[in-house]
Amino acid sequence: MLFRDRIAATKPLVFALCLLPFAHLVWDAMHGTLGPDPVAQLEHRSGDWALRLLLATLAITPLRKLTGWHKLIRFRRMLGLFAFFYVSVHLLIYLFVDLGGYWADIFEQIAKKPYITVGFAAWLLLIPLALTSTQAMMRRLGRNWQRLHRVAYLIALLGVLHYFWLVKADHREPALYLCIWIVLMLARLRVRSRPADELRRVAARLKI
Amino acid sequence: MRRDQPTHLPQSCITPEPVYRRRREVLQLLGLGAAALAAGCGSEAASPQAAAPETRVPDKSLDVASHVDDANGEAQTTYADATHYNNFYEFGTNKSDPAANSARFVAHPWSVEIAGLAEKTGRFTLEDILKGQALEERIYRMRCVEAWSMVIPWVGIPLANLLKRFKPLASAKYVAFTTVERPAQMPGLAYPVLDWPYREGLRMDEAMHPLTLLAVGMYGRDLPNQNGAPLRLVVPWKYGFKGIKSIVKIEFVERQPRTTWNLMAADEYGFYANVNPAVDHPRWSQKTERRIAGTGFNLFGNRIETLPFNGYAEQVAHLYAGMDLRKNF
Ligand code: HEM
Repeated sequence: MLFRDRIAATKPLVFALCLLPFAHLVWDAMHGTLGPDPVAQLEHRSGDWALRLLLATLAITPLRKLTGWHKLIRFRRMLGLFAFFYVSVHLLIYLFVDLGGYWADIFEQIAKKPYITVGFAAWLLLIPLALTSTQAMMRRLGRNWQRLHRVAYLIALLGVLHYFWLVKADHREPALYLCIWIVLMLARLRVRSRPADELRRVAARLKI
Repeated sequence: MRRDQPTHLPQSCITPEPVYRRRREVLQLLGLGAAALAAGCGSEAASPQAAAPETRVPDKSLDVASHVDDANGEAQTTYADATHYNNFYEFGTNKSDPAANSARFVAHPWSVEIAGLAEKTGRFTLEDILKGQALEERIYRMRCVEAWSMVIPWVGIPLANLLKRFKPLASAKYVAFTTVERPAQMPGLAYPVLDWPYREGLRMDEAMHPLTLLAVGMYGRDLPNQNGAPLRLVVPWKYGFKGIKSIVKIEFVERQPRTTWNLMAADEYGFYANVNPAVDHPRWSQKTERRIAGTGFNLFGNRIETLPFNGYAEQVAHLYAGMDLRKNF
């Protein structure tokens, strides 16, 4: 058998799917099919996918509880790392394709432009999460691992805020992402303290 | 040739040539590093289309009397780019929306209401407005407040020539402009992104400045709907949003008129909106801009320094002598 189980067999497929938007971007860049403002197009598409994957990562836990398909958890790290990958690509595009020769301006932008400030903060916060995403790190950090990785909710919120603040007038799309974030957050809070679960646990302890 | 374009655009406008050219240059740039990928496209890059002319300029149908390059010979934006990357929120807020959603817009016949503090007021047809006026071509830089820019050959008449005909009174200190509001033809109006109808304004001396153009065309032909057909303002030393499109009303007024983006966010969009690299927009640095021009591979190196008054300081800086441009941004 090539793969341990069905999940292991599906992983390369999910990996390829996550890489598809990037491949599409590279393809369009090479073929000059990014439209009149190719730089903005690269920025927007990489940013969109960063945010989508970040939210997809956060959706795993609620989806597990909802569907009872607990093995979904095994895709979470990959999605999270891809989110980090797309944010990093997004940052590199901004630095070297958009700012280009003026790349040093990024420091001023981080200091002065709120949408860049929060975007950059989100990227910085993602680094420790990416570094501690291995099994070994999970074991080593124990309960602290969970605490640390809860920061992902804050990161996603910063991503949404970043989007809100860069839009001039039409806030419909960032508002949609904010709604998704709120739903995920609510789902998460419910998942953590479902009254029925608590009752059952108390009951078990009391041997009723 | 693509066949899914709106019919009012001649097919020759949406030329894929730049695509081929860009591809070839990308391939050259990537060189051996991308040999594997390049192999797939190499045959196309070597095809005869690759050597085709850079852009096919659409048929020049307007009768233009004079040509002036006010952009220092800088490379022009292609017709395809200038007509497919627009901020015209009445047709949608994505840059590709105006080209996609404006086919149903009816720009002819057209009339403009002249109102306010002038001896002659009333409703005038477009033909009336253009009667006896020689059309001029002016190549101007266009700097968007979002920190990108283009170089566009406009066709039109100096606004001053038109305004003088109506004999504005001495009490007229400003000129206010209004865009048409037609929900049935402008799908973007369905959502209140802005306080419709779109309004803009100029101080009288700005309106009368010889650089200020009332455009009816670009690239030698009528304005496409997405660029503000049939009549729009072009004020090259100001951010693009001052260039109000599809004008239906011109009013002479005494007080500084309320303008749409200023109403939306006064701390971000001033009334003057002169291009000024020294005054940042809260969202974007205005020190540099991304130039969208030419047909070559345009992924790298198209960021340039923004010039005071968009490079027209010599002609217009005196209009603002003694004014604090940080306060009057
Ligand atoms: C690392 C620092 C970051 C920088 C320097 C940065 C920079 C940018 C820039 C310059 C734009 C285009 C703005 C415009 O067109 O006016 C943009 C758009 C965007 N960014 Fe970022 N960004 C950063 C981090 C992030 C993060 C962490 C996320 C999400 C997780 C993100 C998501 C987006 C989204 C969704 C858009 C808009 C896409 C659209 O309009 O369709 N960015 N960013």
